[in-house]
Amino acid sequence: MSEAVREATKKGRPEFRNIHITDITTKYKMPPSAIVSILHRVSGFGLFLMLPFLLYLLQQSLLSEYSYLHFAGIVDNVFTKIILLGLSWAYAHHFIAGVRHLFMDNHMALDKDAAQKTARWVLVAALLLTAVIGLKLFGVF
Amino acid sequence: MASKNNIGQRRLVVGAHYGVKDWLAQRVTAIVMVVYTLVLLGTFLTAQNFTYEGWASLFARQWFKLFSLVTFLGLYYHVWVGIRDIWMDYVKNAGVKLALQFATVLWLLACAAWTVQILWSV
Repeated sequence: MSEAVREATKKGRPEFRNIHITDITTKYKMPPSAIVSILHRVSGFGLFLMLPFLLYLLQQSLLSEYSYLHFAGIVDNVFTKIILLGLSWAYAHHFIAGVRHLFMDNHMALDKDAAQKTARWVLVAALLLTAVIGLKLFGVF
Repeated sequence: MASKNNIGQRRLVVGAHYGVKDWLAQRVTAIVMVVYTLVLLGTFLTAQNFTYEGWASLFARQWFKLFSLVTFLGLYYHVWVGIRDIWMDYVKNAGVKLALQFATVLWLLACAAWTVQILWSV
């Protein structure tokens, strides 16, 4: 047992062992970096699950002029657009959070305050980028 | 040999070392994907009229086919590292975990073959 853990027990602080999902959702106050981290995993897994759909869309868009029309028809559907908007967020979040990782790998913004600050930026930037893509997707510009 | 891997006085670093290789591969493939995304995004935003001709002519170029294939193969390796981590973290049963990892590898290999087919159909 490390010194820090022994100290915590002495002061009667809550001690979490074998963390359960309910501990994380109800007992912990998740800092921005933790939210970015779990969303990085969720977005990555979501993109993995939707991989066949995205490959199918790519195939339809490239195979021939007829299949391109078919592709345009699928994408024109509101339900498809909502899925694509969700995937756009997943890609944007995974991308930006990944770039944050690369900077941190090079020992940049590692201290507590800077890490939380960049984590907030990641959350906001991903949502803003998704909003822009959404406006484009639904034909606002 | 063992003394070479000692950190401090007591801690001996052991293991198969695939962790650090995969960690590095995940970063390298990420950078390739960043570049590919920016190229595709730039092309998409500067395109005058978005038609089949314009879209397909980009993918008809040999350099772009190869760039796409390298990026997608990198993507599948990146996915393998990430998904394997998820199975390792959340699936406790060794048999189920092995089955899921095996299925993931097969699925990603199939995706790689599919990608080749898509890219060389245009």
